[in-house]
Amino acid sequence: MKEVEMKMLERAKALLESGEVARVVAWKKGDFCFDPSPAVFESVEELDTFVYDWFCGANLSKYLIQIAKKEGKTAVFLKPCDTYSFNQLVKEHRIDREKVYVIAVECLAKLDVEKMKAKGVSMIESVEVVDKDVHVKTAYGEETLYKPDVVLTKCETCNKTHQAKDEEIILHERPERDVNRFAEVEKLEAMTEDERFAFWRNQLSKCIRCNACRNVCPACSCVKCVFDNPASGISAKANDDQFEEQLFHIIRAFHVAGRCTDCGECSRVCPQNIPLHLLNRKFIKDIDGLYGEFQAGETTEGKTPLTSFTEGDVEPKDVFNGEAK
Amino acid sequence: MYRISKEKLNDLYAKINETSGLYIPVKRAGEVNYAVWGEGKEVSLETLKTVKSPKSMFFPQTENMMKFKTDGKNIEVIDVREQFDERRPFVLFGVKACDYKAIEVLDKVFLGDPVDSYYKMRRETTTIVTLACSRPEESCFCKVFDVDATAPQGDVTTWLDAEYLYWQANTEKGEALTALVQELLEEGGETEVATQQAQTKAVIERLPFSNLDLSRFTPENLNALFNEKEWEEMSEACLGCGTCTFVCPTCQCFDIRDFKTNEGVIRYRCWDSCMYSDFTLMAHGNSRTTQMQRFRQRFMHKLVYYPSQYDGTYSCVGCGRCVNKCPQNLNIVKVIKTLGGKNND
Amino acid sequence: MIEETLIPKVGVITDVRKDTPDVKTFRVVGTDGKKLFQHMPGQCAMVSVPGVGECMFSITSSPTNEEYMEFSIKKCGCVTEVIHAMEVGQQITVRGPYGKNFPVEEDFKGKDLLFIAGGIGLAPLRSVINYVRHYRDHYGKVVIVYGARSKDDLVDIEEIQTEWMNEPNIEVYLTIDRPQEGWDGHVGFVPAYVKELGLDPNMTAVLCGPPIMIKFTLAGLLELGFEKSRVYTTLELRMKCGVGKCGRCNVGDKFVCKDGPVFRMTELDELPDEY
Repeated sequence: MKEVEMKMLERAKALLESGEVARVVAWKKGDFCFDPSPAVFESVEELDTFVYDWFCGANLSKYLIQIAKKEGKTAVFLKPCDTYSFNQLVKEHRIDREKVYVIAVECLAKLDVEKMKAKGVSMIESVEVVDKDVHVKTAYGEETLYKPDVVLTKCETCNKTHQAKDEEIILHERPERDVNRFAEVEKLEAMTEDERFAFWRNQLSKCIRCNACRNVCPACSCVKCVFDNPASGISAKANDDQFEEQLFHIIRAFHVAGRCTDCGECSRVCPQNIPLHLLNRKFIKDIDGLYGEFQAGETTEGKTPLTSFTEGDVEPKDVFNGEAK
Repeated sequence: MYRISKEKLNDLYAKINETSGLYIPVKRAGEVNYAVWGEGKEVSLETLKTVKSPKSMFFPQTENMMKFKTDGKNIEVIDVREQFDERRPFVLFGVKACDYKAIEVLDKVFLGDPVDSYYKMRRETTTIVTLACSRPEESCFCKVFDVDATAPQGDVTTWLDAEYLYWQANTEKGEALTALVQELLEEGGETEVATQQAQTKAVIERLPFSNLDLSRFTPENLNALFNEKEWEEMSEACLGCGTCTFVCPTCQCFDIRDFKTNEGVIRYRCWDSCMYSDFTLMAHGNSRTTQMQRFRQRFMHKLVYYPSQYDGTYSCVGCGRCVNKCPQNLNIVKVIKTLGGKNND
Repeated sequence: MIEETLIPKVGVITDVRKDTPDVKTFRVVGTDGKKLFQHMPGQCAMVSVPGVGECMFSITSSPTNEEYMEFSIKKCGCVTEVIHAMEVGQQITVRGPYGKNFPVEEDFKGKDLLFIAGGIGLAPLRSVINYVRHYRDHYGKVVIVYGARSKDDLVDIEEIQTEWMNEPNIEVYLTIDRPQEGWDGHVGFVPAYVKELGLDPNMTAVLCGPPIMIKFTLAGLLELGFEKSRVYTTLELRMKCGVGKCGRCNVGDKFVCKDGPVFRMTELDELPDEY
């Protein structure tokens, strides 16, 4: 990762120095080795804090809605999964593609420090990844964790490849993996209604209505969310049990259905670790089943299953009755 | 000092539960939060930081304040506070030193004139049992705010090691609770507690944030700090969500709203966040239109405004929840390091 | 059960007066027909329509009125819209009084007073002006400069013209922004008018109106030689509790609901620019 980071830094410097771009959207170092933040760099000097490491899981594409409106061109580093969100935002006219210079970067799955801490590792001083081993140095000693156990949930079943790039910095191609991203959804589908209801009630009852899932979601790009609009009649920020557990997240999943690229940011940012991405994945799986396989964000043009009609479309009543193929 | 073997803790909870409601860190769907104890609940005293702080015991995220019945042009106001009369006393168990300090911060706001009766009624009927920390982690910085994580206050202070929970009453309420569970307790533990305290203190000294410099956060510097150009950069990744606010043990801003039901109107209050764009929205304008302004408000309030209002007490207790939970890794430590004083380098 | 300030009293509207196309004045008493509570000039109250919302309004009537309270309310949001549709006999809820009042018994006593208002800004000043009129011999000269967009936007013009302007020891200067048929008075913006009038800078001044008016009028007053420590104004921010707890109206280390709404200009100078 260090090598890739150096190359990225080199490119960021060159782009800023030449004036080809006015700013670079990337990540900056935090206080530890595991807490980088998204950042905007406008000069070579500012790049002192530039970082690209195993903890740069954040999807930078949504920031471009605002940032790319600024004067001049904006360069951004996007991981494979981030490019789908980016394309989707371009498709929805939230981002002007012409104003963004996309540099595709390798990912190889990012780490989740919370999962590492849950394995009993604390006071982390440094982290090094060699193949599937995560070597952690802590104030209490050294430990090696098995990488697949401690990657971000969104990375566990990711098979995404770059869909948008003006250039790329990739030293290691991640091999295609034999993973089923719908495995967890299938488990939920196999439950009885009562079990499934209990599962979601248990999970959603933890919700503190912080709106992190909505605010980070690239598909939630409404200028004014209906839940923030006092005139909507359903504006709410109260954590009322019934509403939280049964409505807010489900309505949100409906709102982003057909546009959600499965970037997994909702689950990454949830302070209560609610597996929100499973709601979206259920929609993706159903859309695949009802209308044929479709991946949002693969292109910046074209119609989507839920925004186009063909005579062969499945009838709503068949969907409702569970008879749709 | 008393002690109770860890195997007997369930008996202790059951005993307390006979006369009082018991709120304690409980694991549900993988996360540990304060919840009402009951048989079969998975208690997790070992968890260093519950996701939500115990503030919701006194200041719930949502609470009904009153009801209105309207009939033609007439309005009847219905006080719903009688529910407090029937409410059982509560024991809040396992509160860490930082969270206890946070309750003191909230007390200044809610018990100050005019007293908030909703808060006061809960606060008065609750006995707080604190629990000393024995394994603080890198995001902890309570020492900066003069909190001793090894000797929290409260009505009863407890310490936990591999075998025992050690118990010491500090107040009348604490003595009463001790008397109630006396049969389960045995004397002893001074040496073990002292040893644990010494070890933990040594760890705290070595924590990376234990020596943050707050010296610039004074009322005199209010405007200078407000006008720092760094706010722009510090806030640029802020999503404007309420995670930091809602996991924070001292954030106390609220909204009051009406909810129409078939039986009339319920006026409730709920937690609110100064990070939200509609927090200051009025019919004719908004005093904070950018996320930078909202971000700045939150930290200025904790580090400058609140201390200026309440005798220099900071409204941060160094629990580190925002450090762990901010989706984009922004937090108060980064603000302190950037603006707090020259010894932060 | 201990008292709870957030639980309001029920008030009854006993009179509705249309002052301007978008301002109405509502007279309110308790369900027993008596005044709901005592207040001082400049203080505010939370008025609510259950199911719609609660808003802070300044109490327009003078504390010396023993019978009722009045609120002059401009239609500008969802709560005020509903209130504007109300008729006599309609109940609302009221709680208060909140905030710091004008220092009528302290700093204003014995002083010459200048009141400058723009538009609905007259609402909080009406209370203090009528208080001063009631205790007329406690105060020196009284000068009132009041402006609005048009003559139809002058709030309480009837009271001003029939009472205030007819009192020998009160000078009233009215102005409207643009010429208008049926108006033979002064035309021009308040800040310019204030400078034109060449007022005595030794007066204690009270400003109330839209932020832009306050800004330019204050600059004008300073030019005339007024001292900031003797200039007062009121602030308005979003409020929910009214007692300095909900956090909304926080500016710097002040809460507008509790430490305001009345501020001395020198106090405002110390606050961060966020109001």
